[in-house]
Amino acid sequence: MTAVLRRLATGAVVLWAAATAAYLALLAAPGDTVDSIIGDGADTPLIRSQIVAEWGLNRPAVVQYADYLLRAAHGDLGRSYLLQRPVRDIVGEQIWPTLKLALFAALLGALLSLLLAVTTRRPWARRASSTAELVLVSTPPFLIGIILLSVFSFRFGLFPVAGDRGFAALVLPAVTLALPIAGVLTQVLRDGLDRALEEPFAVTARSRGLRESAVLLRHALRHALLPAVTLTGWLFGILLGGAVIIEQVFGRPGLGQVTLQAVNTKDMPVVLAVVVLSAAVYVVLNTAADLAYLLIDPRLRGS
Amino acid sequence: MTLATARPLSLGLRRPRPAVATATGFLVLIGVAALWPGLFAGDPLAADPFHVLRAPSADHWFGTDQLGRDVFDRVVHGARHSLAIGVAATGIAVTAGVLLGVLAGLAHRYADEALSRSFDALSAFPLLLLALLFIAVAGPGTVSLVVAIGIATLPHYARVVRAQTFVVRRAGYVTQAVAFGDSRTRLVLRHVLPNVLGPIPVLAMIGLGEAVLAAAGLSFLGMGPQPPSPEWGAMLSEGRGYLRIAWWASVLPGVVVTLTVIALTVTGRHLQRRFEGREQW
Repeated sequence: MTAVLRRLATGAVVLWAAATAAYLALLAAPGDTVDSIIGDGADTPLIRSQIVAEWGLNRPAVVQYADYLLRAAHGDLGRSYLLQRPVRDIVGEQIWPTLKLALFAALLGALLSLLLAVTTRRPWARRASSTAELVLVSTPPFLIGIILLSVFSFRFGLFPVAGDRGFAALVLPAVTLALPIAGVLTQVLRDGLDRALEEPFAVTARSRGLRESAVLLRHALRHALLPAVTLTGWLFGILLGGAVIIEQVFGRPGLGQVTLQAVNTKDMPVVLAVVVLSAAVYVVLNTAADLAYLLIDPRLRGS
Repeated sequence: MTLATARPLSLGLRRPRPAVATATGFLVLIGVAALWPGLFAGDPLAADPFHVLRAPSADHWFGTDQLGRDVFDRVVHGARHSLAIGVAATGIAVTAGVLLGVLAGLAHRYADEALSRSFDALSAFPLLLLALLFIAVAGPGTVSLVVAIGIATLPHYARVVRAQTFVVRRAGYVTQAVAFGDSRTRLVLRHVLPNVLGPIPVLAMIGLGEAVLAAAGLSFLGMGPQPPSPEWGAMLSEGRGYLRIAWWASVLPGVVVTLTVIALTVTGRHLQRRFEGREQW
């Protein structure tokens, strides 16, 4: 129980530290906030003072910081300088295409890695698969995207070149995102399988006359899946980071496009919201994975 | 060396030696290209309006781009830009990571806890998004790119060094140095620092691959060196508009990025097994 509480407390502290770090970045941004809000609009002393009053910029920095934390805790991510709309609405509208892409890619990556790790047990197959994994992990995602695009869209015309219309438009981006994930996951799964097959329980299972494939699928695989749980947080980071690039390659709408546009126009509340949100999801996933570990593996509860 | 008990990552386990030799050779080649690009290639900025978007041939090994510039020349010269960004970013990450790691390892319990949680907070941000946040603050460009990747990859080194410091501070030679009345500075510089650095070079080599990859991604998004600079990621981004008619202008620079990262990873993992004989992560 203490282990669970301690883990939750650590998660909360990390979350707070991440939100603070992002806020410090906002403070460190050069240029005046009022200038950013005005943009190309009319710039008179009256308008300036109105903006200062409306956005509460005349309050002490500590109060603004506390206000930011309090609002963030309630899910209020502030308002876009540029679009003059709540960031929550902007993110809410654009998160679905990205989520769809990420989930489909994660599913695809997980299936592919399971298949590869289980089927490539023979030395030659293992070597071939290992090489493929190394190549996939080392290839920039945009290169994978560009190659798939030029082969399947331009050469054979099988899939649309850009946009987010229907399932066909989702295939190439999802495959692009899934391949590097499959590369890493296969490595982890195979390593886990190797370990599990040397454990005493594998010997016991074999001595009961179980076929090797049954030992692999029924006994070893479960143990091999455990380390993969730890990777959940990392996986999320790759999915989100990859989505930013892949949305760009395939001209898809989504959170990545919103983020890039915000970075280019210095629309800090939007950038801040996306970054803090991603850190929050990462911390929650990681905490959940650690707690799940305690649940799945009773050996860890003792210490 | 207790290699029998070691369990290296399965990926490198059965890698034949020729692969390592090839990888190292390729790295040397890229290194030479970065230091003296003039040896291999002509002017990366020389435009030739009469030979635009030509396919790879004996004259132009990698073809030409939309301005008639030789893609091979640009890739060779790009090695300097891309590697410099990667090396500088890794340098920042290693330096800051080692300093903070030693500090956390030697500090009082609460200070250590605070530093460790900061590392956790920093690694909670996906690398690419943290770098984008930094670039949004500091503006795009090579320097922002370097610092952003440096900050984002720092926690990795800091954690390893912190763990290493915990081991070293309890070592006999440190106790003895304390008994001899060595000053705190001398203790850290002479006894602790040199002994925690062991795993760093190899980690940095693998980390360099990661940094090159991240840099290529960010400059592909237009956040790094601006055109006409022949940086690999930027070249890909420029050539992408002509993908339908000239795949070589974007795909071939990308292939060189991939080969570089593979070579760094293969060599790094080989050295890791060679010198440490134990697992790193």
